Amino acid sequence: MELQQFLSEVWIARNALIAGLGNTLAISALAIVAGTLLGILVGLAATYGHAALRVITRLYTDFLRGTPVFVLILACFYILSVIGVQLTAFQAGTFALALFCSSHVGEILRGALQAIPKGQVEAAKSIGLTFPQTFLHVLMPQALRQILPTWVNVATEIVKGSTLLSIIGVVELLLAVQQVIARNFMSLEFFFLAGFLYFLINFALERLGRYLERKVALPT
Amino acid sequence: MDYNFNFGVVWRNFDLLLSGLALGLGLALVSIAIGCVIGLALAFGMVSRNRLLRALASIYVTAIRNTPILVIILFAYFALPQLGVRLGKIESFVASLAIYAGAYLTEVFRAGLVALPAGLREAGLAIGLTEMQARRYLTLPVMLRNVLPSLSNNFISLFKDTSLAAAIAVPELTFYARKINVESFRVIETWLVASLLYVLTCYVIAALLRQAERRLAIPA
Repeated sequence: MELQQFLSEVWIARNALIAGLGNTLAISALAIVAGTLLGILVGLAATYGHAALRVITRLYTDFLRGTPVFVLILACFYILSVIGVQLTAFQAGTFALALFCSSHVGEILRGALQAIPKGQVEAAKSIGLTFPQTFLHVLMPQALRQILPTWVNVATEIVKGSTLLSIIGVVELLLAVQQVIARNFMSLEFFFLAGFLYFLINFALERLGRYLERKVALPT
Repeated sequence: MDYNFNFGVVWRNFDLLLSGLALGLGLALVSIAIGCVIGLALAFGMVSRNRLLRALASIYVTAIRNTPILVIILFAYFALPQLGVRLGKIESFVASLAIYAGAYLTEVFRAGLVALPAGLREAGLAIGLTEMQARRYLTLPVMLRNVLPSLSNNFISLFKDTSLAAAIAVPELTFYARKINVESFRVIETWLVASLLYVLTCYVIAALLRQAERRLAIPA
């Protein structure tokens, strides 16, 4: 009986829930893609940059990694509008998540690049490769394999972090669910549903990561 | 951009921010302590020979790690009363963070247990220790030393998660920062000081745990 009622409530709210889910996926995908691209630059600067550049990237990653995502989101949301950058809550929140993502990607990329023996760069130089060529053909393929598992972890953190946008009023999945709850008071069932949907997204990401890992693994 | 910095209101409320920080640290400490107990128990469950135990422990870890902590917090605070479990704000937050911490710490401890050489336990049994004694005097002390570095990462990220307590109006650092922000509109100053407080605290936690690592290291 109760299950039937729950299912009918879900059916009634289906459009709101699907729209929320869509927003969650859009926020996460945008933040992960933008954050990863920015993070690659950060990682490169932290490994191969000038001393000054390395200090700057160190401060950048330490500051962003030491601040809770929630604080980053609130700070971006409030600060950007004060300094005259007019962004919607959706954009400001996604920007904050992308910054957070970039600091983590930068850090794991730096770790992976530094773990590659120096001799390889020297060998590449001695056969006449330029640095961009060395990076593209020697370093990046190894670093990417190395960072894949951690990168998937970061991606799931971003999906989970997207829930925080609900607090600045972005109607993503969690806020959509809360709005449904405000109407029918079935908080137990609907929070459970929300948790389950997030679990599905992250579980799928994790599986995808495992699959890619196997796919790109070097034959032993 | 014409913005005049004025930290006055932030300094006037600095004691509020500090009291918030202290509450956050307290919340983190209690939740992590409970989380460590959960984590240790489940880690032994995950490496046990009992299939059911292994399955239960890994379901817990997978489910909780893939669910956003905000969903867990809201569930504990708003949905549990439906089941007749009424917890205050602080209690329900501590319960949520402890459950969340438990899942992450299980992974850390499990990795530590798996990495131990099998000979350690066998040597203990050979000199006449019982299983329990071998665990207590051999496995645990060595494993705990080995996992300290990854524990420290997890502690820091769990401490940062205390910022989410602001979502259910627990008066910790983020809560007060938001309050000051809304009341004074000293947006940049407030968030700058709040995130610096978080970053500094993270540094201090990391330094303390590194110190502990050195103290506890087995003299070579």
